[in-house]
Amino acid sequence: MTAGADEAPLAPVMTAHRAGLLGCRSCGRVWPQDHAICDRCGAALVPPDRRGLQYVWAWWLAGLVMYVPANLFPMMRTQTFAGLQGSSEATILEGVVELMHYGNYDIAIIVFVASVIVPMAKFLSIAWLAMVAGRPATVEQAHTRLKIYEVVEFIGRWSMIDVFVVAILSALVQLGFVASIHPGPAAVSFALSVAFTMLSAQSFDPRLIWRGLPLRSRTDDQGKD
Amino acid sequence: MLPCALLQGVYLAPMDTRDGFDLTTGRGLMACPRCDALHVEEELDAGETLRCVRCGGLLAKPRGGAFVQLIALSFTTVVLMMGAIFFPFLEISRMGFGNATSLFGVALAFADGVLLPLVLAVMVMIVGLPVLRAFLLVYTLAPLAQGRAPYRHAARAFRWTELLRPWSMAEIFVIGTAVALVKVAGLATVHLGPAFWAFCALILVNLASRGFMCQTTIWDAIEDAGLPTDGREAVGGPVP
Ligand SMILES: [Zn+2]
Ligand SMILES: [Zn+2]
Repeated sequence: MTAGADEAPLAPVMTAHRAGLLGCRSCGRVWPQDHAICDRCGAALVPPDRRGLQYVWAWWLAGLVMYVPANLFPMMRTQTFAGLQGSSEATILEGVVELMHYGNYDIAIIVFVASVIVPMAKFLSIAWLAMVAGRPATVEQAHTRLKIYEVVEFIGRWSMIDVFVVAILSALVQLGFVASIHPGPAAVSFALSVAFTMLSAQSFDPRLIWRGLPLRSRTDDQGKD
Repeated sequence: MLPCALLQGVYLAPMDTRDGFDLTTGRGLMACPRCDALHVEEELDAGETLRCVRCGGLLAKPRGGAFVQLIALSFTTVVLMMGAIFFPFLEISRMGFGNATSLFGVALAFADGVLLPLVLAVMVMIVGLPVLRAFLLVYTLAPLAQGRAPYRHAARAFRWTELLRPWSMAEIFVIGTAVALVKVAGLATVHLGPAFWAFCALILVNLASRGFMCQTTIWDAIEDAGLPTDGREAVGGPVP
């Protein structure tokens, strides 16, 4: 955030960790380090250290495992009894190709971005953030990492679009539609993959991004700004 | 309206003891949830926006009359959601066959199928969680807006409101509907029912609600109104 960077003070900033305190990630209240649970909001207090990353990696791996079948198996099966298409099965990518085939390029791009680009970018970003977390960084690098984390956190849920599309299309069958559309196994594994990566991103503690910053050494913010 | 904490960056020696806060117990301080930077709590006027001195993240953004607005918007959410469930969602016609159904009807139709888990998960994300969040928010804010003490477990209710936010996906469902319509355009004629427009309205209500939402203000108000936190009393409490 440039606004924040511009207003950044010259002196190093005091953090809860440095002061020997523990900040609540849920409500912001600050407690002595021996507190386990925030008395104000009831959230568990966790120190900003790399131990928390094991949850990030566990959910990340679960998401990746689910992402493989999500791409190999069909998202849905379409059977049109009097239609032009006959019976067809489409994976995520085939669905995008099909949309382009019928000239719906804008919708094809939305689906491609939501179901292919975003999940891939998410896996890479979370893995990278978790790997460099707590490692020394400059202020600029920390701001970039936080920005990436915020984008990942914001955009991850939008991958659910394709799951909703399949759900709505299957529901149309219930409307007396003269075609049948059934969700394929990929719909479930893709939904789980999105949910697991969301949990992975939520488990990541952004405070770790800033842990590597040399706060009070000679090369602190002072020199950089 | 209730005052909100003004947060200033602390860039002082560790043993500093200015008035109003205590660096050994954390009293009167707030840590940025994104970067751990400490800020001193002070009064803040409605309409001001406070950003973290270190990472620039939003820390507090109190708005005048926000609690009443949030309660009103929560009720609007519930009413719109009732419409979104029971009014026709999509009307489809093809070769003389025509039908219209509501989300409720779809859910009932799937009730005994193998797809039940998928339909259930979708219904929870697009209907269940938005309604639950609306109720939890009203439960938290209703006493605060009247200047009374918060209800029991209000803190837990508000914490869950925030935890469930990313899983409430009504707006994504609307985009999904648009994509689905394009996909079946060649197979049948589909018309959008009133329930679809109710969902679109829900997005606007949700955006407005987000504009009025300031978690720091609400946590502060819960605390100032003397919340007994789940039976645990604050140890050497920060409560002024
Ligand atoms: Zn807390
Ligand atoms: Zn911050």
